[in-house]
Amino acid sequence: MVEVESLRVVRCGGSELNFRRAVFSADSKYVFCVSGDFIKVYSTATEECVHILQGHRNLVTGIQLNPKNHLQLYSCSFDGMIKLWDYIDGILIKTFIVGCKLHALFTLACAEDSVFVIINKEKPDVFQLVSVKLPKSSSQEIEAKELSFVLDYINQSPKCIAFGNEGEYVAAVRDFYLSVYFFKKKTTSRFTLSSSRNKKHAKNNFTCVACHPKENCIATGHGDGKIRLWRNFDDEKKYTYTCLHWHHDLVMDLAFSVTGSSLLSGGRESVLVEWREAAEKNKEFLPRLGATIEHISVSPAGDLFCTSHSDNKMIIIHRNLEASAVIQGLVKDRNIFTGLMIDPRTKALVLNGKPGHLQFYSLQSDKQLYNLDITQQEYINDYGLIQIELTKAAFGCYGNWLATVEQRQEKETELELQMKLWTYNKKTQGFVLNTKVNMPHEDHITALCFCNAEKSENPTLVTTSKDGHFKVWILTDDSDIYKKAVGWTCDFVGSYHKYQATNCCFSEDGSLLAVSFEEIVTIWDSETWELKCTFCQRAGKIRHLCFGRLTCSKYLLGATENGILCCWNLLSCALEWSAKLNVRVMEPDPNSENIAAISQSSMGSDLFVFRPSEPRPLYIQKNISREEVQWGVFVPRDVPESFTSEAYQWLNRSQFYFLTKSQSLLTFSTQSPEEKLTPTSKQLLAEETLPTTPFYFILGKHRQQQQDDKLNEALKNELVQLPLTENIPAISELLLCLSLDVGYLFW
Amino acid sequence: MGEFKVHRVRFFNYVPSGIRCVAYNNQSNRLAVSRTDGTVEIYNLSANYFQEKVGCEDGSVKLFQITPDKIQFERNFDRQKSRILSLSWHPAGTHIAAGSIDYISVFDVKSGSAIHKMLVDRQYMGVSKRKCIIWGVAFLSDGTVISVDSAGKVQFWDSATGTLVKNHLIANADVQSIAISDQEDSFVVGTAEGTVFHFQLVSVTSSSSEKQWVRTKPFQHHTHDVRAVAHSPIALISGGTDTHLVIRPLMEKVEVKNYDAALRKITFPHRRLVSCAKKKQLLLFQFAHHLELWRLGSTVATGKNGDTLPLSKNADHLLHLKTKGPENIICSCISPCGSWIAYSTASRFFLYRLNYEHDNINLQRVSKMPAFLRSALQILFSEDSTKLFVASNQGSVHVIRLLEGSFKHLHTFQPQSGTVESMCLLAVSPDGNWLAASGTSAGVHVYNVKQLKLHCTVPAYNFPVTALAIAPNTNNLVIAHSDQQVFEYSIPDKQYTQWSRTIQKQGFHHLWLQRDTPITHISFHPKRPMHILLHDAYMFCIIDKSLPLPNDKTLLYNPLPPTNESDIIRRRTAHAFKISKKYKPLLFMDLLDERTLVAVERPLDDIIAQLPPPIKKKKFGT
Repeated sequence: MVEVESLRVVRCGGSELNFRRAVFSADSKYVFCVSGDFIKVYSTATEECVHILQGHRNLVTGIQLNPKNHLQLYSCSFDGMIKLWDYIDGILIKTFIVGCKLHALFTLACAEDSVFVIINKEKPDVFQLVSVKLPKSSSQEIEAKELSFVLDYINQSPKCIAFGNEGEYVAAVRDFYLSVYFFKKKTTSRFTLSSSRNKKHAKNNFTCVACHPKENCIATGHGDGKIRLWRNFDDEKKYTYTCLHWHHDLVMDLAFSVTGSSLLSGGRESVLVEWREAAEKNKEFLPRLGATIEHISVSPAGDLFCTSHSDNKMIIIHRNLEASAVIQGLVKDRNIFTGLMIDPRTKALVLNGKPGHLQFYSLQSDKQLYNLDITQQEYINDYGLIQIELTKAAFGCYGNWLATVEQRQEKETELELQMKLWTYNKKTQGFVLNTKVNMPHEDHITALCFCNAEKSENPTLVTTSKDGHFKVWILTDDSDIYKKAVGWTCDFVGSYHKYQATNCCFSEDGSLLAVSFEEIVTIWDSETWELKCTFCQRAGKIRHLCFGRLTCSKYLLGATENGILCCWNLLSCALEWSAKLNVRVMEPDPNSENIAAISQSSMGSDLFVFRPSEPRPLYIQKNISREEVQWGVFVPRDVPESFTSEAYQWLNRSQFYFLTKSQSLLTFSTQSPEEKLTPTSKQLLAEETLPTTPFYFILGKHRQQQQDDKLNEALKNELVQLPLTENIPAISELLLCLSLDVGYLFW
Repeated sequence: MGEFKVHRVRFFNYVPSGIRCVAYNNQSNRLAVSRTDGTVEIYNLSANYFQEKVGCEDGSVKLFQITPDKIQFERNFDRQKSRILSLSWHPAGTHIAAGSIDYISVFDVKSGSAIHKMLVDRQYMGVSKRKCIIWGVAFLSDGTVISVDSAGKVQFWDSATGTLVKNHLIANADVQSIAISDQEDSFVVGTAEGTVFHFQLVSVTSSSSEKQWVRTKPFQHHTHDVRAVAHSPIALISGGTDTHLVIRPLMEKVEVKNYDAALRKITFPHRRLVSCAKKKQLLLFQFAHHLELWRLGSTVATGKNGDTLPLSKNADHLLHLKTKGPENIICSCISPCGSWIAYSTASRFFLYRLNYEHDNINLQRVSKMPAFLRSALQILFSEDSTKLFVASNQGSVHVIRLLEGSFKHLHTFQPQSGTVESMCLLAVSPDGNWLAASGTSAGVHVYNVKQLKLHCTVPAYNFPVTALAIAPNTNNLVIAHSDQQVFEYSIPDKQYTQWSRTIQKQGFHHLWLQRDTPITHISFHPKRPMHILLHDAYMFCIIDKSLPLPNDKTLLYNPLPPTNESDIIRRRTAHAFKISKKYKPLLFMDLLDERTLVAVERPLDDIIAQLPPPIKKKKFGT
């Protein structure tokens, strides 16, 4: 039983894995990456997250192995602290409080008891590289205020700083110049490329820098795709450089191999290039990595590379340029058109992923399960190219069917539209294309929904479009003499006074279909496709439409663009109630009568949970996010929670996830989601590190039993927990008004 | 400035020959360039890269094969099976490295035996080519041998052990040439793709003394094979099939970053290949082995400024005169009346008499030319076509009177005692009284043709003369030098004119001094004594001595102001230099009469179209 004090909004994974270069452990068994406020420790062999190092209170901006003890890891964060971790056990060893925002961290084997950090002084864009002396002390928290200045006017990105030849010098790049500071001589050499005013060299600004581990050689990446190898840079006159040019777009990152025999580079081409012997003609490629390479790192043992990609993915690559593992987070660099969906089979969150793909993302393990290629076309990575967009998707019939809509519009009059219907193949455990419909409508498809009623014998799909029609698609026999097959065909086309069809929704039992035509809601009999009745509230176009469920199935809810939420009674064909609420997201819970609505105001987004039968909300949480919330979804829980507090009972059976405009995936929780992750991962780690003894087996079995007991108990609790509607404090913020002047008519 | 009718001549089908070899001499800072047609050109790098001399010793390309057979005769060297394509001496003279096909041999000079035979890998990007030709070798004093070969490799060998030290694959095509700097800390190679790569010896780390050869900068200034490279202390010099000679200064060796540090690309010869018979409107074009005579087209139409007039009569190719023997033509000239043509090769002088009968031309060779006339460097006819002046390579100038169908040797102006400098530029005054002759560096000598004696000598100047002309009436001698200075010297007064002194005091505009190509021709307007007309390869200029001189603040290249602009502004912005860049590359420009100009252009695209196709390279994005 968990006693809850308050419900808070938490990030639930899906944070960036590609924010900084990944770091390998000395034995290449683990790879570390910063992820929001945490540091994640992944096994390079199994791709599993074995630890999440938590402790920073703001974005973690840099991690480095402790050069004196390779079982320890330093991290720095915007919260002004440098922390030292034991990553094997996931324990925080020490915290050094620096006090100012730290942008990046560097360690050097030769630097005694000090690390280098990037801080910004005074003006917001003036960054400095300073060395921080880490005092020796036995206490847990130590103040580290002894900063000594190294370089000024540098770029804040750690990619633009590199230490060379065992800490003999440090190279920094910014805009059009390269500065090299020599620690022994205490001098700075500065090399400037011809400025941006010169058209030919308009894009030759520096983007990243790397230093050769053994020789006096600095590699710099440039905006025009060139790599320059600088030598003789201790002499400002006799310096010289070589160009390597393969990339056509800017070089995102560079890394030398441990011996310095080869140089790795990557960029928007999504190809890892290995330059052997730093020679232009001697290069190897690892192509088709899927997305822009943002960072490249090399393991200290030299056997592995790791590339971080813009689609929130890390690829572990062997020395012989073979990808061995992929750690994929939530793909985030695209607009989300499909909204959030739950795959009924895997309970995975489904949304737009890579261009033209649907991603299936496991909320439990915070990793991507797989990508479904919808457009099935080679993605051409070029700026300004109009791509095919996957705009709509819906699951039907318990995950047996998936409908997707893709569109591409080059000009106003040239719309390319395609609807695809995918069937789940039990053998391959994946979706297979069944029917492809070219131009299912004349204009953009605004909504599609399956009839998910239990009794419906024939799968039915409804699409609505701006062309004023809604179409009913049914599965029919498509067998011929060669094979038995099924396919989808259009069964019925409906319209209402040439208004644009904007939304559609099936009632829970599948007997009624509601289609909204701008301001008007029409109810259709799904047996005969007869128009039963219409509702018109004259309160603006309908933005959301949904039927009530379970005990509230006689209600139909509609939210309009003018900020009115309406509830119609289908039995009386009258408006039951309406409320003034600017609804952005309206999601029904599939396991209860609850409906979650998120409204948008100037202050931020507010959440309201209510039942259609009652105009009073069950639960209100103000200011769940400062940003606009774009999508939300209820995710049924595997193991129901048992909140006693009536305000939180709506979360017992399902969890509510929502996605903001900046694409942070948030949820409500009383505990951090990582607590759920740890048992399995700890177990994994134990299996890896501990020898299996008879004692372990006994203990392991016992532990298993305990967990099962707990589960059963929870289930029992869930059975008695019935949602209570009494004693909800009246909320004044929600302006309620019952009105009965509804225009209704029977056809 | 006045308006001119301009004959735009584009039928001069001149294609410079490809560069086969370049050699740089450090003591004199001069560069020798040999071309595939057998000419040798000497460039003075100190004098603004001016082409001083052209030698056309032999009209044929001779490939000298040096085989060790001859040495075997003397020193008993080991005999090699295949031919040797490149040789390099060890700086101490003890060893020779010889590049052959598929291997490099190192010979000990004393014993005459091959001490090492270093086999070169034929493999090219995994594909075995038929043969690997060693196009060039270089022997360094520490015993390292650097080879460049047809598989695109630059390889470093240890001659003591005969082993490969390092391999740089730099091109997909042949690497054809190599040149080492005197300090042996840098070398340059040229490839068949037109790229020149610079290699430098840099220290591995600042603390250790260990050094390694690193390929540093590539330069793509050529479109075709780079057949020859040279390494001067401050510049990389390259030339090849595309006929350009490129001098690329090394920035780190340049003391001050001024205009001298800029890249030089020399395409056209710094001498005249065209002569013009003004009265008959004839043009004589000089090629390596023949002369062409053309009559200009004519028009009756009139038009506004900038209009292209339709031709009523097309240009006529009147004559195609082939040389006797294999030798190249050094110089040629047509008399102003159009009835005499003279040309000279390295060993013989030819004079022809032309008779025009309606459309037919009767060509008659004047025989029995005296022996002293052979190998002339410059030929000039007097304005009335009665005298012929021939500058010989011995430094003397011969004066010959021309009669109908015969000639008479009048006089020879002997060179000043003690100088053996050859005369290469001549100018005669329109009244026929004065003759100016100039060598490469000494002053200009002015001779009195009537009295047949030396009149005066213009003081010597540091830079060679590029063009000479004597103005009508005033008899002012205008001299252009390779540093872009222009002097005006009054022959009767034996001193520089006031205008020349003024401009020397004030100095030329900096943009004028920064021009790349020398002035190759000067002429005068018969009705406007204040005007001097001159041109280089990229501009045509009329100097109006009556107008104020420009200073560094004024715009030098002012486009001709539109006619509707008010006169005041026009007058205020006007200065002495009226420059037109409409015609380029300009090989020749002269005034036919008061209102007619002839401009001979040779567009670069036309030259490229006549070159063999370059190695095809995939261009990204195509």
